[in-house]
Amino acid sequence: MAYSDKVIDHYEHPRNVGAFGKEEHNVGTGLVGAPACGDVMKLQIKVSPEGIIEDAKFKTFGCGSAIASSSLVTEWVKGKTLDEASKIKNTEIAHELALPPVKIHCSVLAEDAIKAAVADYRKKNATDEAAE
Amino acid sequence: MTDMTVVTMSKGVTGRNSGEPIYLDYQATTPCDPRVVEKMLPWFTEKFGNPHSRNHRYGWEAEEAVEQAREQVAAIIGADSKEIIFTSGATESNNLALKGVAHFYKDKRNHIVTVVTEHKCVLDTCRHLEQEGFRVTYLPVKTDGLIDLAALEEVVDDKTVIVSVMGANNEIGVVQPLAEIGALCRRKGAFFHTDCAQAVGKIPLDVNAMNIDLMSISGHKIYGPKGVGALYVRRRPRVRLVPLINGGGQERGMRSGTLSTPLCVGIGEACAIAQAEMAAETERLGRLRDRLLAGIQARLPEVYLNGDLEHRIPGNLNLSFAFVEGEGLMMGVKDLAVSSGSACTSASLEPSYVLRALGLDAEMAHTSLRFGLGRFTTEAEIDYAIDHVVEAVNHLREMSPLWEMHMDGIDTKSIKWADH
Repeated sequence: MAYSDKVIDHYEHPRNVGAFGKEEHNVGTGLVGAPACGDVMKLQIKVSPEGIIEDAKFKTFGCGSAIASSSLVTEWVKGKTLDEASKIKNTEIAHELALPPVKIHCSVLAEDAIKAAVADYRKKNATDEAAE
Repeated sequence: MTDMTVVTMSKGVTGRNSGEPIYLDYQATTPCDPRVVEKMLPWFTEKFGNPHSRNHRYGWEAEEAVEQAREQVAAIIGADSKEIIFTSGATESNNLALKGVAHFYKDKRNHIVTVVTEHKCVLDTCRHLEQEGFRVTYLPVKTDGLIDLAALEEVVDDKTVIVSVMGANNEIGVVQPLAEIGALCRRKGAFFHTDCAQAVGKIPLDVNAMNIDLMSISGHKIYGPKGVGALYVRRRPRVRLVPLINGGGQERGMRSGTLSTPLCVGIGEACAIAQAEMAAETERLGRLRDRLLAGIQARLPEVYLNGDLEHRIPGNLNLSFAFVEGEGLMMGVKDLAVSSGSACTSASLEPSYVLRALGLDAEMAHTSLRFGLGRFTTEAEIDYAIDHVVEAVNHLREMSPLWEMHMDGIDTKSIKWADH
């Protein structure tokens, strides 16, 4: 399979690999995919008190396109509000990385990872508010 | 030795220096041995005769070359040259063996036995025969990749016309107990066909000692040219076939069409070289393979060997690198030309059916790499491969959420994953 230059760049120089503490209040964690399917993405966002995503980290088990998709979205979500980040579409990811049709599911997974991370953050903080 | 020979040899040995990846995919194909090419060349140009032309020297010399090649092919498997039919490759040989026998004997016997880890060209041919109304039993394998002889004994019955079990597996290199299978088939009155595309020249084969009735052979897996193969068809007791290709009645009527003299000469010479060098090559490749395995396992935890190590061709290693996806890993080891059993490398998006048949879960099948070592693999290349693989796996594990969970003591199987 021939990869686009952008996929190779993200694969060879992945942005924002790593992890935040899952328990931290201002961190939302999305874990999507399944080992049996050959792709698992973990995307974490760190959210400021103003509701802006100020940092993001990822770890991915998957092919080059899956790694590139998750690396790319860590760059894209930074500086966005939760609502703005949730609006990132898989088609934009696939277009940016020039993914072939057989790899579209990697971009879908990256979109799901953002939504999952945002949902996790909101759930955590809603519980906190309820507890107060 | 011609200049061309020298150039080809140096490229084969020092592919790394020329900026090309190290070739470790010898089960996919092999380069033509320069000695083979040298033998083939005159038969394209000055000695171009039709080997079936009986009336002049051009034909006679081509026929003589083809018959010598037939003897070379026969010799490596202990057969008589009259029992060798040239084909376009192992895929055609497998098709001819299975369809040919099934169709010829269909009024007496209509049951075929094969194994779930066979090459696609055997399995697809069997599916095709099933659609025609033949009954096919697909025998499972044990976790080491070998068949259970007792299970084979149970499924072969008095309606079984042919049993097809490969000599060596293309993905995991395991060698099936051919002599035992042959004895069982002979006792039950079923023909024994074996796809030996990956076994010829790698392990000793003797069609008589092993009671093999039909054997498929490939040219390009044994440093011969692509586009040529052979089918061994036993004469005593005689195996009869309905041909796939009709025409002028060449190859004893079983495979019509003008033979390609250079291709026949090529596979013949490839067999002769393989036979002469097999013992030394087995020893050398076994040592390199063990070095590769030990080198990787000494430096990486959670690496698993797929398929039995003892009953295996020497040039194959199939490893699962837990928590690292195979296609991602192949991208990481871009200086190596290897294959993966990962779904992502296949058109179907399903992980390797061979690895699944060993009982590997989909997750582990996704993390496999196949290393194929061969005639031109050097120790320096193996040492480079070890370093490169270790580095890539460590890099990818650093960014693998599954490795992170594993290090935190979380069993990834305890998590309820959403399938996508």
